[in-house]
Parts: sequence; structure tokens; C-alpha cells
Amino acid sequence: MADKPRPLVLTNARVIDPSRSIDGPGAVISRGGKILSAGPEALSEPSPDGAEVVDVMGAVVAPGLVDIGVSVGEPGAEHRETLASASDAAAAGGITTIVTMPETDPVIDDPALVDFVLRRARDTAKVRIQPMAALTKGLKGEEMSEIGLLSEAGAVAFTNGRHSVANAQVMRRILTYARDFRALVVHHVEDPDLTGGTVMNQGLVASWKGLSGAPLEAEIIMLERDLRLVELTGSRYHARLISCAESAGAIRRAKARGLDVTAGVSVNHLTLNENDIGPYRTFFKMSPPLRGEDERAAMVAALADGTIDIIVSDHNPQDVETKRHPFAEAEDGAIGLETMLAAALRLVHSGDIELSRLLAAMTVNPARRLGLEAGTLAPGAPADIVVFDPDLPWVLDKATIHSRSKNTPFEDARFSGRVLRTVVAGRSVYNYPS
Amino acid sequence: MSANDPQNGPSLTPPSMAGYPYRHLLGIEGLSPPEITALLDRAEEAVAVSRQVEKKKAVLRGRTQINLFFEASTRTQSSFEIAGKRLGADVMNMSVSSSSVKKGETLIDTAATLNAMNPDILVVRHHAAGAVHLLAQKVGCSVINAGDGAHEHPTQALLDALTMRRHKGDIGRLTVAICGDILHSRVARSNILLLNALGARVRVVAPSTLLPTGISQMGVEVHTSMADGLKDADIVMMLRLQRERMAGSFIPSVREYFRYWGLDREKLSHARPDALVMHPGPMNRGVEIDPEIADGPQSLIREQVEMGVAVRMAVLEALAAHLPNN
Repeated sequence: MADKPRPLVLTNARVIDPSRSIDGPGAVISRGGKILSAGPEALSEPSPDGAEVVDVMGAVVAPGLVDIGVSVGEPGAEHRETLASASDAAAAGGITTIVTMPETDPVIDDPALVDFVLRRARDTAKVRIQPMAALTKGLKGEEMSEIGLLSEAGAVAFTNGRHSVANAQVMRRILTYARDFRALVVHHVEDPDLTGGTVMNQGLVASWKGLSGAPLEAEIIMLERDLRLVELTGSRYHARLISCAESAGAIRRAKARGLDVTAGVSVNHLTLNENDIGPYRTFFKMSPPLRGEDERAAMVAALADGTIDIIVSDHNPQDVETKRHPFAEAEDGAIGLETMLAAALRLVHSGDIELSRLLAAMTVNPARRLGLEAGTLAPGAPADIVVFDPDLPWVLDKATIHSRSKNTPFEDARFSGRVLRTVVAGRSVYNYPS
Repeated sequence: MSANDPQNGPSLTPPSMAGYPYRHLLGIEGLSPPEITALLDRAEEAVAVSRQVEKKKAVLRGRTQINLFFEASTRTQSSFEIAGKRLGADVMNMSVSSSSVKKGETLIDTAATLNAMNPDILVVRHHAAGAVHLLAQKVGCSVINAGDGAHEHPTQALLDALTMRRHKGDIGRLTVAICGDILHSRVARSNILLLNALGARVRVVAPSTLLPTGISQMGVEVHTSMADGLKDADIVMMLRLQRERMAGSFIPSVREYFRYWGLDREKLSHARPDALVMHPGPMNRGVEIDPEIADGPQSLIREQVEMGVAVRMAVLEALAAHLPNN
């Protein structure tokens, strides 16, 4: 990216920039890879010399989306997803920054591996990639990782991946130590004993199917333990994924007590429920499991009232080797980079949430929480932009998926709202139709 | 005073007579500034004695000193042994970790057995905080705490103070940064007590995992960054990091610890240009301290060892005044 991108003017737009509470007619101008002007005032600004001027015809222009906690198979499982293929999928989904999970082979628990991911990303990816590093060595939940050295190498947060640190003493010490570096701990909240051997949500659906279910308490107990430890240690904490009303209540109370905590939810848990599993469809098997409809509705309400801060795709590529099994024996996980925005827009169309609030949870909120230079159209910010038509109908055709793995729970799903263009550092990395 | 007086409390001996009015030395806690200063003054004389060709005094002639070490120690045990011998005592070393404890004998059993041999002074190190206090209640002789768990190590704090005073004068005007594993350190606790008693400005610097709860109410300024904690310090005191704490439980690794909390030239540059470096030993070079600093011109580490003998002579001498039949 040595040469400078051509200036870009996106005009006749509905500009939504939740970082500055902007939502209205306007334009966005980028030059030299940075935002020059965005909002109503940009309509009256002259186009820079040599600019590409695009009339978006009333489409929404917003900061490029930021998705934290994306699983990629590189290094170690490149047949499922590489940094390059994940970035293609992200670009198609309007995501300009993906924050990767450390659950690779080898696990990202060494500064040299953080450096490897950043170099591979620079050389092969078309969107920005920011690695999270392992919270414990080898993600075993026993010994804390080198939070200082990993931060210096470029790790933006620390997580134990898709597993909780079960030992409360280990977690307490990690939170204590992380505080000295102002490091953010992003934790998966599922008690490993209560979820052991379970394959879906506990309840009548699981019972009729003859599947063993995980109770909500598996999540609530771990989350409440963590929040106590956060109160004890004064650390920065983000619950990676919550999936039930009681968890939202715990986060709400923790925030009211002034703790530095935030919570995330996957778009799956906002838009799907356990009934979608239907005839044992393994692409709907995930962790935490899809819950009942009441819990899904509670997640939407918690997002709308600000209790939940961040929406993620929880992108987790799995192939036929890991998914084409009886439900109980299949791996957890669904891909989601390409469908996060379209699926989330269902909540806007159903009238459950304002579009700008929805976008905040996918732009400025994750960017600020992780301290990323992203998620905003403020002048001077990197020109990372998504252009989308919030109403354009389309059907997800599995054949068009960019991700190397095809385990989407939205196969043949009908969506209203489509990404038209994705811009990273002033350069268009995705156009529809291409 | 009664030979059975179990407490480390004031005795009936007027301070003016002895300068040190207690039968035991179980901790710095409870010592007044004049009592500390008197011990340091006495230690100065012992330094002079130790540098003579004729190093022998007769203060403890005929007395029996037992060094009872439940935890291995080369430095402290030999220091007490030399100090006792220079004062004329018969010194016997007992390493208990390898014998009686393994046979199931309790601390109290050991104390009773030793007491029956009529020692005059017991020097005790034990891995459990409070063990030396317990033992002092069960024996008839004077007891010196040579380190009990993470509680106190009073002669170390005294020797550190003597070393500082000889180089920097009035301790009350000094800023002392104690760095490293404060949580598990008896050296840190005794030093915090002593330096506060003498009016020094005390700082502790460590990752939060190695700081005890409530440290900010212990009379110290608390820092987690060496650059902040060492700023304008006169004395930088490094603590040993035990090997079992190094890998993952309290800190992630040796290399990360050294990077952020190991004393190297860059971190020392934040202290005063004439700052001096101390370490109670034994050092982990490359873990808490760069060899270049440990062996460099600002290091007092070897001198601390010499002052250790002098301070222990002073303490033994002070206790001798309270021995029965004296």
C-alpha cells in the first residue's frame, strides 16, 4: 500500500456516524487514506482533485464495521480459513477491522506469533486485522501469558478463546496483573463443568430431541464470578458473549456499580433461537448455545437499552470434517462475517432498535473498547467505510460465500439490506455487484 | 526479669541501662526509633571489631547459641554463626528441615527438646509466619527471629539500615524504593517498619500480583511502574523472586518480569544519580537484577553481607544483657 489511494467522494448519502451522533443526508470525502470530511457539511465541500465521485443514491454511508473475536485458521488450519479468505469475507460484509481469536495452532501466546499474524495480515489481507492474544499459555487456563510483551508486540486484548478460565484464583491473578498494563480481558463465560457434555440449550426442545442441554446458569455463574473478581481487582473486563436475560441483568448491575465492564452478543443470539436447530442442523450448534425465544428477545432489549455494548459475528469456520456428524458429535461454531450486518438489520426492520444504535454496537463501541483507531468518520480518522442499502432484498446463496468454510446458519436466508461497497484506508475492497 | 517471660514486651530493665530493653528480637514491630538507633550504634562498633585482626570478644563466653533453621539458608545462618563466635559463644547449627520434621515432630516438640539442653540464645528461621513467636513462648532462653515466613526478618532490616546510614547519613531524609516480590517478602515488611520508624520516605514497586492487600495503608507509596517508583530515589532495594513464583502464577515469565521490573541501567537512571542499590541476596541475576548493576559501582550488595555480621553481633550483645544470671 505504498502508493496513495485516489481521493473518494461518496455523495447523496445518508451518513450515519454514531461516534459523533450524526444521522442524516450528507457526503463522505476521503483523501490520502483518511477521512477529510463526513456529514452534512461535506455536501458543500469541493471534491479533491482527481477524486472518484460516487453517487450512492440515498444509501447509508457509515464507519466500516469492527468485529471482535473472529476465528481464523491461520496458522494451523488454513483449509478452514486464511487471513486472506477471512478478509475477503469481511470486506463482503462491510467489516473493515477484524480482531482475531488466538485459538490457532500454535496458539497466539508468544510475541513472535503476534508479529507473525500482523505480518501475514499486512501481506495478504485487504481489511485491517488486529490480533487478540491468549490470556493463558496454550489457552490451558493455568498460567498467565506475557501480557506486557504481547501488548508491546501488538495484541489489542487478551482472551482465553472459546473457553473460560475455570480456576478463580488464576483468573483473579490474571485480572490483577492485566490491570497494571491497562489490558482488556475478553472472557468467554461458560462454566466448563456445567456445560461438560452438553450440546445445546437446556430445556424442553433439548429434552424432546434427546440431547443434553446446558443450563443458563452455566453462563450466569461464570459471569457473576468474573464480575466479583473484577470488583475485587479493578480490572477492565469484557464478557465476550452473553445469551440470556439474567446475564444482561448482571452486566447492568455491574455497570451501575461503576465497574469497567462491557458485554458482547453474537448476531446469532439476536436473530435465532433454539427452534432453528430444527432437524439437528449442526450449523446451528454453537457456544453459548442458541437459547429460547424469551432469552433472544431479552438480548435485543439489552442491546437497545445499552446494556450490551458490542455485536459480533462470532465467526467460527468449520468444515465438513468437523460439522458433518450427528449433532452431539459436531463441533460448535458458525461463520458470520458476510452476514453480520444483513442479519442484524432484521432488528431494525422489526422495529426493535434504531439503525444508528445498531451500528454503534458494530463500529464505535468495539473500537473504543479495544482502543482501535477505527469505527468513526471523524476527520483525520482512517477512511474505513461501509456503504449499504438497508432495504435491498437478497437471498444468501452458499455458492457466493467468500469464506473458505460454508457453515452458515443463514443458508438461503432472505435478508433486507446489503453491503454495496467497503472501503479500507480510502481504497474500495468490495463492490456490489462486483 | 523472669526467664519465663513469654512476650516480646518491655522488660523491667530500664532502657537507659541496656538501650535494648527486651529479651527477644522477634520483629522490628514495636521497636522505638531510639531502640533501633541504639542497635545501629552498637553495630558500628561491631564493624570496627570485625575489621581487626583480633575479632574475639567475651560477651557471650560460656553461652550456648543454637541456630535453628527450619528453612535452608547459607548466608543468614553463617552470619549468625560468625557473629556468635566473635562474641565468644558456643554456636551450634541445626537444620531441622531434613530431620525431625520429616519424622513427624511438631514445632513445639522441637522447642521442648532444645529447651531441655539449656541454650541461652535461639536463632530461628521458619517457613511459617508466627512460628518464631510461638517458639519464643515455649522456651526459656532469648529468641532471635532470623525470618518467619512472609512476616519479619528484623536483622535484615537492621543491616540494611546500617548500610544506608553509613553511606547516606540520616535515614529520615532518604527516599527508599523497595522493588519486587513484596507479597511474599519478610525483608520488605521489616524494612517498611524500620524505615517508617526512622522517618524515611518508603516506596514499593511491583506488579499488583506481588503486592499484599492493603499495601497503601502500610505507610508506603505504591507503584507498579519502575520509572515512577524509582524517580529520585536514594536507595533502590531489590527483592529476590522465588523460582516457584516465576512461571505463570504471579508473573507470566522471567523475561517479562525482567523487562518491566528487573533493575537494569535504564530503570536505574530514573533514580538519583548517586542512588545506591541493595539486595538481601541471594540474587537471581537476569531476573530481578541485571548483572551489570549487581556488580556495578552503585551496588552495596557485598557490603550488606559485612554489615549483616556486625548487626547480628550488636543484637546478640544487646540480648546478652538480659540473659539469666547476668
